[in-house]
Amino acid sequence: MEAAHAHTHGHDDHGSHAHKPYGMMRWIKSTNHKDIGTMYLWFSFAMFLVGGTMAMIIRAELFQPGLQIVRPEFFNSMITYHGLIMVFGAIMPAFVGFANWLIPMQIGAPDMAFPRMNNLSFWLLPPAALLLIGAQFVPGGGAGVGWTLYAPLSTQAGPAMDLTIFAIHILGMSSIMGSINIITTILNMRAPGMTLMKMPMFCWTWLITAYLLVAVMPVLAGAVTMTLTDRHFGTHFFNAAGGGDPVLYQHIFWFFGHPEVYIIAIPAFGVVSQVIPAFSRKPLFGYASMVYATASIAILSFMVWAHHMYTAGMPVEAQLYFMYATVLIAVPTGVKVFNWVATMWKGSLTFETPMLFAMGFLFLFTLGGFTGLVLAIVPVDIQLHDTYYVVAHFHYVMVAGALFSAFAGIYFWLPKWTGRMYNETLGKWHFWLTLIFFNLTFFVQHFLGLAGMPRRIPDYALQFAEFNMISSIGAFGFGLSQLLFLYIVIKTITSGEKAEALPWEGANSLEWTHLPTPAPYHSFATPPEIK
Amino acid sequence: MGNKWFKKWAAAGALFFWSVAAWAEYKLNLQLPMTHLGEQIYDLHTIITVICFVIFIGVFGFMFYAVFKHRKSVGHKASQFHENTAVEVAWTLIPAVILIAMAVPATSTLLTMRDTSEPDMTIKATGYQWKWGYDYLKGEGEGISFYSTLSTPREQIDGRDVAGRNANPHYLLETDNHVVVPVGKKIRVLVTAADVLHAWYVPQLSVKQDAVPGFIRDTWFKAEKAGVYRGQCAELCGKDHGFMPIVVEVMEPAQYTAWVGAQQKMVAAAKVDPNKTWTLDDLKAQGEKVYAQNCVACHQATGMGVPGAFPALNGSKVVNGPKADQIKLVLTGKQGTAMNSFKHLSDVDLAAVITYTRNHWNNKTGEAIAPAEIKAARN
Repeated sequence: MEAAHAHTHGHDDHGSHAHKPYGMMRWIKSTNHKDIGTMYLWFSFAMFLVGGTMAMIIRAELFQPGLQIVRPEFFNSMITYHGLIMVFGAIMPAFVGFANWLIPMQIGAPDMAFPRMNNLSFWLLPPAALLLIGAQFVPGGGAGVGWTLYAPLSTQAGPAMDLTIFAIHILGMSSIMGSINIITTILNMRAPGMTLMKMPMFCWTWLITAYLLVAVMPVLAGAVTMTLTDRHFGTHFFNAAGGGDPVLYQHIFWFFGHPEVYIIAIPAFGVVSQVIPAFSRKPLFGYASMVYATASIAILSFMVWAHHMYTAGMPVEAQLYFMYATVLIAVPTGVKVFNWVATMWKGSLTFETPMLFAMGFLFLFTLGGFTGLVLAIVPVDIQLHDTYYVVAHFHYVMVAGALFSAFAGIYFWLPKWTGRMYNETLGKWHFWLTLIFFNLTFFVQHFLGLAGMPRRIPDYALQFAEFNMISSIGAFGFGLSQLLFLYIVIKTITSGEKAEALPWEGANSLEWTHLPTPAPYHSFATPPEIK
Repeated sequence: MGNKWFKKWAAAGALFFWSVAAWAEYKLNLQLPMTHLGEQIYDLHTIITVICFVIFIGVFGFMFYAVFKHRKSVGHKASQFHENTAVEVAWTLIPAVILIAMAVPATSTLLTMRDTSEPDMTIKATGYQWKWGYDYLKGEGEGISFYSTLSTPREQIDGRDVAGRNANPHYLLETDNHVVVPVGKKIRVLVTAADVLHAWYVPQLSVKQDAVPGFIRDTWFKAEKAGVYRGQCAELCGKDHGFMPIVVEVMEPAQYTAWVGAQQKMVAAAKVDPNKTWTLDDLKAQGEKVYAQNCVACHQATGMGVPGAFPALNGSKVVNGPKADQIKLVLTGKQGTAMNSFKHLSDVDLAAVITYTRNHWNNKTGEAIAPAEIKAARN
C-alpha cells in the first residue's frame, strides 16, 4: 500500500501541485498560454533587433549623399526585409504575445480554447524568420522589391523572392490559426457574468483584430501565390503581354494591406485602453462608444484600400470614392482619441513608465493620424505619394503608435508576469531617449517628403542632405536606446525587486484583482463569478 | 501671468501660420508650384495642415492641462464619470462636418487634375530600367524622340570625386537630354513603361503618374513660368530607381520653336545610311558612348562587373565567343536576371557597343559588328 501511495505523483497527476515542466522541451511542447505568450514576446524582440539592424544599415547609407557603404541592390533588399521583418516578425507577434498572456486571465478562463494549435501557431514563426533572413544569402541576394512586393519587379526577382513567398505563407498560417483560437476563446470561455460589454477593452480589440486577420491573411496568400505562379508556372496574372495587369497585384495586396495596418493598430489601442484608465484611477471614458468606434474602424478598413494607389491610374470616380471613404475613418479614430483624453480629464494621474509610453502613443499616434488625413486628400497625395512624407506617416503610427503601446504594455504587465518590478528610473530613461530620438529620426522626414525626396532610394540630391543627416543621427540614437530596454527587462527578470500584489493602484481587470503576482502557471482552473 | 502667457503663444501661433508660405525656401514645404493647379494643391495642403494643427493643439491642450492640474501629486482626486452621450455625438458630428468641408475643394481640384482633354501638345514618357524615353506625339515638335539618362558622373556617386559632387547643384537631378516644352501650353503626358513599374514625378509641375508596363496612363500640366524643373522616378523599379531623374525645360514659345528646328536638323543629320561601312575605330568610338550610357551601371567602367551580381565583360566567354550569341543576348536580355533586352537601341548603337566590348579591356577579338548584322538578327 505504501508503495502505491508513494506512486500517486505519477504521469496522470497534473494537478496544481505537479512539477512544472522544465528545460528545452518545456518550451517546445508547451500548451500553456503564459509560456506561449512569453515565447511570442521574446521572438518579437529578437526580430525587432534584426529589423532594427537593417534600419541602421539603411540610415547609415543615407547619412550623406553618395553611395558609401552598400550597393543599391543590397540597399533595396534592406528596405524590403526591414519592412517585412518589423511588420510580420516584430510588431504582430508582440501583440499576439500580449493576447496569449492576457486574454485568458482577463476573461477568467484557464487557457486558450485550442492549446495545442496555440503551440503550433508560435512554432511556425522561427522557421519563417529563418527563411526571411536566409533569403539574404541566396544567389542574387535578398529580393529588393519593397515590403509590398509589387509585380512585375517581384516576378523578375531572383530566388530570394520564392523564399520570401514561402515565409509569408507560413506567417499567414500562424496568424490565421492564432486568430481562430482567440475568437473561440473570447466567444466561448468567458467567466459566468462576464458579458461581452463587461469584457476589458483589450479583449474587444483582439476579438475585432482576429476577425480582420481571418478575413485578409488569405488574400495576401492569394497575391503572393499568384506571384509565385507568374514566376514559375506560366501564369500571367500581372503581365500585360499575357492579358494580365500589374495593377491587379496592387488591388489584391492592398485589400489585405489596409486592414493589416489596423490589425497592427487595434491591439495597440487595446493596450492603451487598459493603461490610461489605470494611471488615471478612473474608468475608461465611453466604453460602449469605444467598442463601436473600434468595430467601425475595422469595417471601414475594408473599403479604403486604393488610397495606397491614387497614382496608379484609376478613374477619377474611384479616386473620389476612396478619398471620401478614407477621410471617414478619421471620425471613429478621433472618437477614440477624445475618449482617451476624457479618461485622463479630472482623473488622479501618476506618470510611471507605462503611462508615459501610453501618453506618448496618444500624442504621436494622433500626429501620425493627421498626416494620414493629409495623404487621404488625392490632389495632395499626388505630390506626396512614394515620398518620405509617407515614410514619416507610417512610422509615426506604427512606431510611436504600436511600438510605444507595446512598451507601455510590457512595463505595465511585467510585474504580473514575473512577480518583479522593473527599475522605474531606467524605464523613464528608456522612454525619454526613445521619444526624443524617434522624433529626431522621423519628424524631419515629413519635410523631406514635402520637398520631393522619393522613397526607396539609396542616394539623394544635395538639397535633402541636412535632414537626412539629422534623421540618421536620430536613428542611431533610437537603436541604441532599445538596448537599454533589453537590459531593463533582463535585469527585472533576474534581479528585480519583488512586486506587490497590486503595483498599479488603478488597475482593475481580473488579472490584477483576482490573481496573485506573479500569476500562477495555471490560473482560473475554476472560473470566477462576475457580478 | 496666465493671460499674458496665452497672448504671447497666440501671437507666436499666428505668426507661425502666416509664415508657412515663406518656408518653401527652407525646404520645409512643397516646392514652389509653377502651375495654377499646383498653386491650388499647395493651398489645399496648407489649409488642411493648419486645420489639423489647430485641432491637435486643442485636443492636446486638454491633455496637458490634465497632466498638470489633474495629477495625484497635487492632490487631485479622481472623478468617476465615464460616459456622456451628448459629448460622443458632438465629437462624432463636428469632425465629420470638418472633413466634408475639406473634401469639397479637394473634389474640384481633383476633377481639374484628371481632365486631360484638349491639350496643346502630347508627349509620351516611357520608363525603362533605368532611364526615360520621350516621344513627341502631337503638336509642335511632333516626331522628336530621345532617351534621357542620368548624366551625373559615376565618380561623383561612388565617392571618387566628392569635391565634384559637392560642387554640383544638380547632383542626381541632371540628364543628358531634357524634355523641352513651351510655356503656357497644356501638355498632355502619356505615361507607360517598358519593363516594370516606374512613375513620372516632377514636383514643381505637380504631376506624378505611375508608369505601368503594357498600359498607357495620362496626366497633364501647364507651366506658367519658363525654367528648368527636375523630378525623379517615384516607383521602386530595381537597383537604379534613384538614378533615373526627369528634367523638364520650359521655354518661351520662340525659343521652343528654335529648339524644335534644331532637333529636327539633328535627326536628319544623324540619319544613318544603313549601308554605310563602319570602320572598327568608328564603331569602338560610338560604342564607348553607348556603353557609358547603358552598360556602365552594372558592368562597370572597368568591365569587371560586380562579383555575384553582374558578370564581368572583360574576359567573358560570351563577349569573346561567337558574336551571334552575344548579339542574341543583348537583343533578348536574360530571363530571371537584371539583364534586360536592349532592342530599343538602334542597329548602329548595338553594333557599336558590342564591337566596343569585344575590343576593349583585355578582349581582343578584332571583330567589327556591322549594323546590318543587328538588323538581320532582330528577325
